[in-house]
Amino acid sequence: MRLEKCWFCSSTVYPGHGIQFVRNDAKIFRFCRSKCHKNFKMKRNPRKVKWTKAYRRLHGKDMTQDSTFEFERKRNRPERYDRNLTENTLKAIKTIDKVRSARQDRHHAQRMKGKKSKEQMEAKKELEQQIHMVKAPSVFQHEPHLAMPKLKVKVSQQQLEENHAMEE
Amino acid sequence: MVQYNLKKITVVPNGKEMIDIVLSRTQRQTPTVVHKGYALSRLRQFYMRKVKYTQQNFHEKLSAIIYEFPRLDDIHPFYGDLLHVLYNKDHYKLALGQVNTARNLIGKIAKDYVKLLKYGDSLYRCKCLKVAALGRMCTVVKRISPSLAYLEQIRQHMARLPSIDPNTRTILICGYPNVGKSSFMNKITRADVDVQPYAFTTKSLFVGHTDYKYLRYQVIDTPGILDRPFEDRNIIEMCSITALAHLRAAVLFFLDISGSCGYSIAQQAALFHSIKSLFMNKPLIIVCNKIDLQPIESISEEDRKLVMEMKAEALKTVIGQGSEPTNEEGVLVAMSTLTEDGIIAVKNAACERLLDQRVELKMKSKKINDCLNRFHVAVPKPRDRMERPPCIPQAVLEARAKQAAENADRETKRTEKDLENENGGAGVYSANLRKHYILANEEWKEDIMPEILDGHNVYDFVDPDILQRLEELEREEGLRLAEDAVDDFEMDDLELTPQEKEALAEIRKKKSLLIREHRMKKSTAESRPIVPRKFDKDRKFTSERMGRELSSLGLDPSLAISRARSRSRGRKRHRSPETGINGQDAMDMDIEPSNKKLRARSRSASRSKSRPPSEVVPGEGFRDSSQKNKAIKLFKKSSMKRNKDARRGEADRVIPTLKPKHLFSGKRSIGKTQRR
Repeated sequence: MRLEKCWFCSSTVYPGHGIQFVRNDAKIFRFCRSKCHKNFKMKRNPRKVKWTKAYRRLHGKDMTQDSTFEFERKRNRPERYDRNLTENTLKAIKTIDKVRSARQDRHHAQRMKGKKSKEQMEAKKELEQQIHMVKAPSVFQHEPHLAMPKLKVKVSQQQLEENHAMEE
Repeated sequence: MVQYNLKKITVVPNGKEMIDIVLSRTQRQTPTVVHKGYALSRLRQFYMRKVKYTQQNFHEKLSAIIYEFPRLDDIHPFYGDLLHVLYNKDHYKLALGQVNTARNLIGKIAKDYVKLLKYGDSLYRCKCLKVAALGRMCTVVKRISPSLAYLEQIRQHMARLPSIDPNTRTILICGYPNVGKSSFMNKITRADVDVQPYAFTTKSLFVGHTDYKYLRYQVIDTPGILDRPFEDRNIIEMCSITALAHLRAAVLFFLDISGSCGYSIAQQAALFHSIKSLFMNKPLIIVCNKIDLQPIESISEEDRKLVMEMKAEALKTVIGQGSEPTNEEGVLVAMSTLTEDGIIAVKNAACERLLDQRVELKMKSKKINDCLNRFHVAVPKPRDRMERPPCIPQAVLEARAKQAAENADRETKRTEKDLENENGGAGVYSANLRKHYILANEEWKEDIMPEILDGHNVYDFVDPDILQRLEELEREEGLRLAEDAVDDFEMDDLELTPQEKEALAEIRKKKSLLIREHRMKKSTAESRPIVPRKFDKDRKFTSERMGRELSSLGLDPSLAISRARSRSRGRKRHRSPETGINGQDAMDMDIEPSNKKLRARSRSASRSKSRPPSEVVPGEGFRDSSQKNKAIKLFKKSSMKRNKDARRGEADRVIPTLKPKHLFSGKRSIGKTQRR
């Protein structure tokens, strides 16, 4: 029993899930669900489909090269059973996982580094340029506050008088 | 003598079938068309041909039967007797005779009617003659149909008779039922005869072949014979009697020492004596079977005496053959078919005796002299009296000894299969495959190793130096953490004040509103009429609205409103000039609707936007509300009658064709038409 990788989205295919397709040249394609299978049948390139791991790796959204990936390699020669070795392996898997997720977080943080400053610059610019939607520029001379004083308008008969006043 | 092949006799058809075959053949193979306008000779010829053709066909078929079935006098007496025993000679001859008579009768009929046809004067008369002729021939055949059925049955049975060559070397096995004749047969030949505990399992003769000294011997297994007078015997016993009587063979008389066949030795001896006349001139061997149940030494005195008597009889036959030295061993042999003890000895003895006898006979005949001159056996002359046994090297002897020891050992070794059988059989016990694993520590044999952990395959991670690599990894990770701690800093100087944040939120809200409105406009653009601004139903382009927006931005709208109003023309053009306030003309001043109307409007505006139907909307084209009311009335009146009739109107949904042809018929240029 082995966990395989979906050919399209690179997620793990657990036993009892998905479909395997064997082509005439004996290449095996495994899919985790019908979504990937149907995309494959439509001849879509996973490197161009945004939500797949292949796309994310190619476009640098996810970590590509790392020494933690080298621990997991498909070995064709079976090893003689050794209890200590197995114990160590099981413990190692857990630590490797931790290390790998830490590194992925770091990669993500690295990617998102300049975001805050960029956002702040954008906000500043917007404030400068679009303030006329909130308050007319000529009013700034009278009131240097950025925002308009909020008017509480009572909706009643009185409003008519007020409207009249405004219109005049 | 004609050679008959009993297995290749043509099928004898049923009476009805024969008639069908011949008549249909006549129908097909002779011309069928005839008209009464033909010349008379032509008509006669036509019908004569049919009659003759039918007669010829019958003759052919019946002759085939007569020739192919064997004549009992012409074949070997063994077969003649066998067929007589099985089928009754008289009945058989009668059937064949009837067929012959039928053939002759048909010939006579045909001759007579052909003679009559020569003088037929019309089509109809000729036709009647032909019909009569064919009819009579068919009746003849119908009358012999029971004989034909009988012959067909005989043919089927004859085809299955064992092919026994009466002239070659034969060994005959006889004795009481259930003594072990068929088992013996199965053991020395490849024949697969039925062996069952009840008597008369073997109901007919069976042939097998065996080899001895590069010669092929026929072995014939017979059904058991009971001790009865000759006349009372049934067909099955008669088969074996026939075989005994006619075949020149070595006879093996089987004796059941243990008596488990159900008959005592005395009875068997009695049988022997009653049929010993049939053993004349045949090498006889008494075979004592089933010695595993009763060893030959431990039988009672009387039985032993009887056996010795039989042996004496057998010896007589040996002596009777002449100058051969009597070999007492070859006359009475003991064996057991169950333990296969002594079987080969019996076979060898029988074959040897038979061979000797045949060779003797051949030597006595005249023909042998021709052969004798042709070959000469040369034997080398012994040089001296020294014995020279075969030389086997020591190593081979040792290897043989070891092999023998191993064979003995193998019988005592306990296999996995034995273990399985002990613990409940195949479905209950499942073998422990891990028993013979070679591991560093014996305790690990029963360990279960997980294959999957946390979404990874464990086998992919197994590596002898995984610890070392893990250590390196941890070291790396530690280093990187240290680096990160240094790098961690944040630029905070561009933080917005809460006021600024508010303003920004305001801006974004307004922007999103604009965008939403624009999107709605865009999506309804196709179905929305493009009305010029002066007909705005929703009152979007009013100066009040402009005033409100300007004031929300913080500007004073009064100037802008007055400017807008001064430029715009009056909203309503009234025919009768209304006196405005202070004597001014209606034109100069904006006629505002009285407060009452404004209130009403504003109240309805605050509740909902729907308008009364009689209100004149500028874009519709009505002069005033009364005209609009009239138009509405007219419309309603016109549709009232139709509605009362409950007729289908413009607004009622209608499917013009319930089954449009293009959807329900025709083939598709691509794809299947399984569903419509």
